Amino acid sequence: MLMSVGSLAAMGLALGSVLGVASRYLAVEENPIEAELQAMLPGSQCGQCGYVGCAQAAAALAKGEAPVTLCPPGGKATAEALAAKLGVKVDLSKVADTGPQIAEVTEEICIGCCRCMKVCPTDAIIGAAKQIHNVIREACTGCSSCVDVCPTEALGMMPIPVTLQHWTWPKPASAHA
Amino acid sequence: MGFLDRFLNKPSWGVHPDDHKRPGADVPLRVLPTPERVYMPLSQHVGGAARPIVLVGQKVLKGQLIAEAQGNISAPIHASVSGTVTAIGDVTAPHPSGLPFKAITIDSDGLDRWVANPLADPFSVAPEEVARRAALGGVVGLGGATFPSAVKFALGKRLKVSTLIVNGGECEPYLSSDDRIMRDFADQVVDGARLVMYAIGASEALVGIEDNKPEAIAAMRKAAEPYPEVKIRPVPARYPMGSDKQLIQTLTGKEVPSDARAAEVGVLVHNVSTCAAVHKAVRLGQPLVERIVTINGGAIANPGNVFVPLGTMIGEVLAFVGLKEAPSRLILGGPMMGTPLLHDRIPIVKGASGILAFNAAEAMVPEAGPCIRCGSCTKACPMGLLPLEMAARIKVGDLEGAEAYALQDCISCGCCAYVCPSHIPLVQYFSHAKGELTAAERTKLRTEATKRLAEAKAARIERENREKAEAAARRKAERDAAKAATAAPPVTTEKQGVSA
Repeated sequence: MLMSVGSLAAMGLALGSVLGVASRYLAVEENPIEAELQAMLPGSQCGQCGYVGCAQAAAALAKGEAPVTLCPPGGKATAEALAAKLGVKVDLSKVADTGPQIAEVTEEICIGCCRCMKVCPTDAIIGAAKQIHNVIREACTGCSSCVDVCPTEALGMMPIPVTLQHWTWPKPASAHA
Repeated sequence: MGFLDRFLNKPSWGVHPDDHKRPGADVPLRVLPTPERVYMPLSQHVGGAARPIVLVGQKVLKGQLIAEAQGNISAPIHASVSGTVTAIGDVTAPHPSGLPFKAITIDSDGLDRWVANPLADPFSVAPEEVARRAALGGVVGLGGATFPSAVKFALGKRLKVSTLIVNGGECEPYLSSDDRIMRDFADQVVDGARLVMYAIGASEALVGIEDNKPEAIAAMRKAAEPYPEVKIRPVPARYPMGSDKQLIQTLTGKEVPSDARAAEVGVLVHNVSTCAAVHKAVRLGQPLVERIVTINGGAIANPGNVFVPLGTMIGEVLAFVGLKEAPSRLILGGPMMGTPLLHDRIPIVKGASGILAFNAAEAMVPEAGPCIRCGSCTKACPMGLLPLEMAARIKVGDLEGAEAYALQDCISCGCCAYVCPSHIPLVQYFSHAKGELTAAERTKLRTEATKRLAEAKAARIERENREKAEAAARRKAERDAAKAATAAPPVTTEKQGVSA
C-alpha cells in the first residue's frame, strides 16, 4: 500500500513539474483571440480608433480595454461580429452607421498637392504633383484619412454607389412566414 | 401516351400552372419594322461587358462588330440595324433595380444592309473553327441564362461530352418563342444542333420538347428525319421542365450532383433558339442581332411572337402589337422566373424570350399569411429542398442556417411560392438570402484585398526608408572617404616622416 501511494505521489510530482516547466517555457505570449479579432478588422491601419494600427486595436479589444464599436470604417457589421466573437452585448443604436463609404475627389478643387496619396493606407489614390488626383474605388477602404489632410476640402466621403453587380433583392416585407 | 407511360413518366416534382400559351403561340410570327433607333447594351450576357470599338458618328452595317468580347467569359455585340452610331451612354438595364448600364445607340438608315460572312460547309472545317465562329457571332444561351455558348462548347469538348440535350422544354407559362422557332425554323434548329454536336464531339442529340407543343414536335420530327443521331423526345409538360437539371434527369435518368455542372455527367444542354443562332452564326455568318420575342399578357391586344432586332425599346414592340390597357406590371421573361421591369424604355437584349404585360387581375399579389407547415413546398421543390425551413431561418436573419439546408442548390424556379396556400413569398426570401450571402463573400474578399494592399504599402515604405538610409550611409561613406583622401597625404608624409 505504501508502495502504491509512494509511486503515485512520485509520478504526480514528476508530471506536475514537467507541466510547470512547460507552462513557463512553451507559453503562448500572445492572446490567441487577438489574431482572430485582427482578422475581423479592416486591416487598413487607418488609426481612427485611436490605436496605432489594427493589431494594437485587436489587443486592446482582447483585454477588454476598448469597446467593440471602436472601428468607424467597419461600421455596424464589424461591431456586431466583434461582439459575437467576444460574447458581449452591445447597444448598436448609438453607432452612427452611414453604411460603407468611399472617398471621392472633387476634381474642380483638387490642386494636386499629393498629401492624400501619402496618407492613404492602401495606395488607393493615384496622381502626381500638380495633377488632379483620383480614388481607385476598388482599393478604397473608406478610412477617411485623406479627408483630414486635404487642404482644399476636395476630398469627401460618399456612400459606395450601387451597381448592377452589387444590387441584391430586398427582404420581402411580410407580417408572417 | 398510355396509362402506364403516364404513370411512369410523370415527374414527382414541380407544378403544373395554367400555361396561357395559346392563342399567342398559334399566331403566325410577325416581323417588327426596322426601328428608327436601337440601343445595344454592352452586357447582354453572363461575364465581362463587351468593349466598344466604334466611335460616335461612325457608320455601321447590320451585323458589324461594334463591341468586342473582354475576358474569358464574354461575348461580342453587333449592330442590329445599319446606320450611324449616335451615342455611347447609359440606358436602363432590364433588371429589377432599374439601374443603368452602358449601351451603344445606333440611328437606323432604314436600309438594313447586312455584313455577313457565310461558310458553305461547316462540317469540312475543324470543330474548333465552328466554336470560333459561334463565339465571333456573339451567340449566348437564349433560354435566359445568356452564358456565352462557345465557352460551353469548349467545356463540353474538354470533358468529352457524348450527349447534347437540346432544350425545347419552354415550361414557363405565357412564353412561346421556342415553340415558334421550332414550328417555323425547325431546319435551322436541327442544323444548329448538328453543328453543336460537331463542335463538342457528341455522338447524339436528344431534343426534349414538352408534350403541350404537338405542332413543334411534328415539325422537328420532320426536320430531323434525315439525321438519325438527332432524336426528338417528347417530355411531360411540367414546370420547371426547361431547367437543365430537371430535363437531364427526365431524358437520361442522370442526376447532376449539387456542386457539379451538367457536363460532368456527360451531357451538355443548349436551348433550341441557341441552336438556331449557332446555325445562323456558323453557316450564314450572321451574328446574333435579332430574336423572336413573345409578347403576351392580359394587357396585350394581339398576343403573339414578334421577330425583333436586339436593342429595340420594349415600348416600341408593345406599341407594335397593341395594348388594350396600360399594363399593371411588365415582366421580362416568364411569370415564374422573369424580371420585373420598372418601365418600358428598356432595350430588348439577347436573353429576352418574352415581354409580359399583365393587367391588374394578373398582377395581383395576395397577402401572405403564416406558415401552416403543410409541406406543399417540399413536394413541389424540383431540387428536393425544404423551402419552409429555409424561409423560416431567413426571416429571422439566420442566413447560415438557411445555407445549411442547401440554399445554394435552389434554382429560384418559384414552385414553392406558387403552391404555398399561405402565399408566402418563399422564392423572394431565397433570392434575398442568396444576394446577401454573395455580398458577404464579396466583403470578405475585399477585406483580404485591403490587407494585402496595406501590407504592400507598409513594405514599400519600409523599403524606401531602408534605401534612403542606405543611400545616406553610402554618401556619408563616400564623403568620409573623400575627406580621408584629401586628409591622407599629410598623414602619409607625417608617417613617412616618423618612419624616416
